[in-house]
Amino acid sequence: MLHLNKLTKQYATGDMALKSVELEIPKGQVVALIGPSGAGKSTLIRCINRLVEPTSGSVTLNGKELTKLGSSALRQARRRMGMIFQEYALVERLTVMENVLSGRLGYVGFWRSFLRKYPQSDVDEAFRLLERVGLDHMADKRADELSGGQRQRVGIARALIQDPELLLVDEPTASLDPKTSRQIMRLICELCAERDLAAIINIHDVALAQMFVQRVIGLRFGEIVYDGPPDQLKPETLTEIYGEEDWEATIETINEDDEAEQGGVA
Amino acid sequence: MSTSMTASRKWRKPPMIKNSLMRWVLIFGCLIYLALAFGSFDVKWARVYEGLDRGWQFILAFAKPDFLSRKSDIIDGMTESAIMTITSTACGILISIPIGLGAARNIAPLPVYLVCRGIIAISRALHEIIVAIILVAIFGFGPFAGFVTLSFATIGFLAKLLAEDIEDTDRSQAEAIKATGASWWQWVTYGIQPQVMPRLIGLSMYRLDINFRESAILGLVGAGGIGATLNTAFDRYEFDTASAIIIMIIVIVMLLEYLSGIIRARLQ
Amino acid sequence: MAISIDKNSQKIWAVRDRNTQLTRWFVYFVAVTVIMYCWQTISEATTWFFVLDAPRIAGDIGGRAMPPKWPYINELWKPLWDTINIATIGTVLSLIIAVPIAFMAARNTTPHHIFCRWPALLIIVSTRSINSLIWALLLVAIIGPGIFAGTIAIAVRSIGFCAKLLYEAIEEIDEKQVEAIKATGASRWQVIAYGIVPQIMPSFAGISVFRWDINIRESTVLGYVGAGGIGLQLKASIDVLAWPQVSLILLVIFAAVILSEMVSAKVRAAII
Repeated sequence: MLHLNKLTKQYATGDMALKSVELEIPKGQVVALIGPSGAGKSTLIRCINRLVEPTSGSVTLNGKELTKLGSSALRQARRRMGMIFQEYALVERLTVMENVLSGRLGYVGFWRSFLRKYPQSDVDEAFRLLERVGLDHMADKRADELSGGQRQRVGIARALIQDPELLLVDEPTASLDPKTSRQIMRLICELCAERDLAAIINIHDVALAQMFVQRVIGLRFGEIVYDGPPDQLKPETLTEIYGEEDWEATIETINEDDEAEQGGVA
Repeated sequence: MSTSMTASRKWRKPPMIKNSLMRWVLIFGCLIYLALAFGSFDVKWARVYEGLDRGWQFILAFAKPDFLSRKSDIIDGMTESAIMTITSTACGILISIPIGLGAARNIAPLPVYLVCRGIIAISRALHEIIVAIILVAIFGFGPFAGFVTLSFATIGFLAKLLAEDIEDTDRSQAEAIKATGASWWQWVTYGIQPQVMPRLIGLSMYRLDINFRESAILGLVGAGGIGATLNTAFDRYEFDTASAIIIMIIVIVMLLEYLSGIIRARLQ
Repeated sequence: MAISIDKNSQKIWAVRDRNTQLTRWFVYFVAVTVIMYCWQTISEATTWFFVLDAPRIAGDIGGRAMPPKWPYINELWKPLWDTINIATIGTVLSLIIAVPIAFMAARNTTPHHIFCRWPALLIIVSTRSINSLIWALLLVAIIGPGIFAGTIAIAVRSIGFCAKLLYEAIEEIDEKQVEAIKATGASRWQVIAYGIVPQIMPSFAGISVFRWDINIRESTVLGYVGAGGIGLQLKASIDVLAWPQVSLILLVIFAAVILSEMVSAKVRAAII
C-alpha cells in the first residue's frame, strides 16, 4: 500500500537524514521504527506526508505518487494520513472537541471550519471517537487543561477522524509515564486493528515496540539496518542500531513485562 | 453500542462569556457605543476631498525630500533634539534607579514605596506635551524645559519597569546574600543588581529611542528640538522639507533600534 | 572573571581582567564626556536667571491655578467624550490594518520575504517612529482640523506599534501545533485560523488594550494641534492664561488616564 522508493533527504545544513530508504508497507500492518536520536525517524515519517520535503526518491500511497503532487492535491492526500505527535501538538487554546474536529479540516470549507459549523455527521463521528478513547465527557474542556495521556488520546481521535488509511505516529509515548505509555500504545494498535489501518510508529522504547507491533524497522544514520519481526531482534542487532550496550537485560525484561501485563490494564 | 445515543448529539463551540444575558448586553453595548462614537464624528467630506490633493503632494514630497533649503534650521533642530535626548536619558536613568528601588515593594518600606509610586503615577499619566507646556511656562522657552520634561517622563517609564523587575527577582538568590550577613547596600548590589542589570540596560536603550522620538514634538510647544522646524514646515505647506525631517527621524530611530538590538544581544 | 598569578606566585582574583577593565573605563569616560558636552550646550542655550527664578514663578502659577474652576467642568464633558472616541476608534482602525501587516511581517507567515515582509517592516518602522502628534499635525494640514484628523493620527501611529508586537508574537508561536493542523490536509487559511490565531489571541487582546490605554493618554494632547479632544480646551486656556481652568483640565486628564489604566489592567488580567 505504502511504498518508499530510494527516499533521500539532505538538509540545508548538509546532513544526510535519509539515505535512499526502500520500504514497503502492506495494508493493515503496524510497523515500529526504532533507532537512536538523529537516525532520521522523524524525518522519515515527515517525508511521507511531506511536512518535510524529500530531496529525492518517491513516496507512493495506493499507487499515487505523493512526491509529485501539487499543493492542493497534496492537501487531499494528507487527509488520508493521520498523524500523531510526540508532544501531542494539540491547539492548546481550543477545546477538545475543536481539536478533534480539526481533523476534518481537509474535508470542510474555510468558512464552515471558521464558524465551527461542521456537518452533523462529523460531530457524531467526533463524539464516537471521543467515547472510544474514553474522553466523551471532556468535549468542552480546553486542551491545556488535560493531562498528558488525555491529550494524546485527543491527538489520536484527531488523527482517526480524518478517516485515514495510514497513521504516522511520531514518538507517541516519549512524554508519558510508563503506564500511560503502554495504554496509549495499546490503544493505537487496537484502533489500527479495528479499522485495518497501516501505521508507522516512531518509538525509542524498544521493549514497548516489541510488545505491540508486528514488524520492526531499525534505522541508523538514515539507513535501514533491520527489518523483521520483533521477536527476532537480537542483542547484536540492537548493538548495530544503537551502539554497544548490554541488551540482554532489556530483552528479558520485555518478556517478563509482557507476562505481567497479560491480565493487566484494559 | 451508543451510536444511536450520540447520533443526534449537537455540538456548538462553547461561548466565551458563559452568561448569555451578559453576553448580549456586552455586544449591544459595544454596538451602541460605536454608533454613538461614529455619530459624533461629523466629518467634513468636502474638506477631506479638498485635502486629498495636498495629501498626495505630501506623499510625492517623500520622493524628493528637500534637505537643503532649510539646512541650517534642520541641523540646529536635530542637534538640539539629540542633545536633549542624551542628557535627559542619562539624567532620567540616574533618578530612576533610586525611585525604582523605592517603588519595589520587596525592598522598600511602605511610606517610601507610596511616595515613589505616586511620582511614577504622575509621570506616566501626564503626556510629555502637557509637562512641557507647564515647564515652558515656568522655565521659559528653550531646550532646558525639554530636558526636564524628558527626564521626568523617563522616570515614569524606567522606574516603573525597574520596580516590577526587582519585584520579580529570584527570592532565593537575594536570600542567599542576606544569609551571608550582608548590609542593605551589599544585599542590593549582590542579590538584586546582577539580576536586573541586563534588562535595565536594555530598557535604557529603549528609552533613549523613545526620548528621541518625543524630543521631535517638544518643539511644538517651544521646548526645543526639531519639532519647531517641523511645525514651521507644515504651517508653510513646505512638504518637501517636512518629509526630509520625517525621513531623518525614521532613519535615526531605525539606527537606534538596530544599535540597541546589538547591545541587548551582547548582554545576554 | 580573571585569575592571575603575581610575582610571589600568589593567585590574584579580580572580577575582570585588565583589558576588559580598561575598555570599561574607556566606555565610561566617553559616555561621561559626551553627556557633559551635551549638558554644556543646553546650559548655554538656557537663561539661567529664569531657571533660578523658576520656584517663584512655579509658586506664582500654582497659586493662581488654585482652586480649580469647578463650574468649567460642564464645558469639558464633550471634549472628554471626543478624546475617548478618538482613542477607541483609532485603536480599532489601527488593529484592522495592523493584523494583516503583522502576518506579512512575521517570518513564519509572510507570503514572500522580499515583496511582503520588507514593505510590511517599512510600514511598521515608519508609522512607529513618528509621534502621533506629528501625524496629527500633518493630517490637520491635509484634511483640516477636527476629531477625524485626530482619529486617523492615532490609528496611523498605532499601526506600527501593534503590528510589531503582534508579529513578534506570531514568530514565537509553537510550530508543532501548526504542523499538526497542516498534517490534517488543512488549507493555508485554515492553518492560520486553527494553528496560529488561537495561539496569538491572548497577545492580541493584551496588545489592543495596552495600546488603547496609551492612546487615551496621547489623545488628550491632540487638540493642541487642532485635532480634536480635550487638548483644544487646554491650549485655549493656556493661551489666555486661565490657570484655574488649566488646573481643572489637568485634573480631568489625570483622572481619565488613571481610569483607563485601571480598566486596561483589569481587562488584561481577565484575559490572561
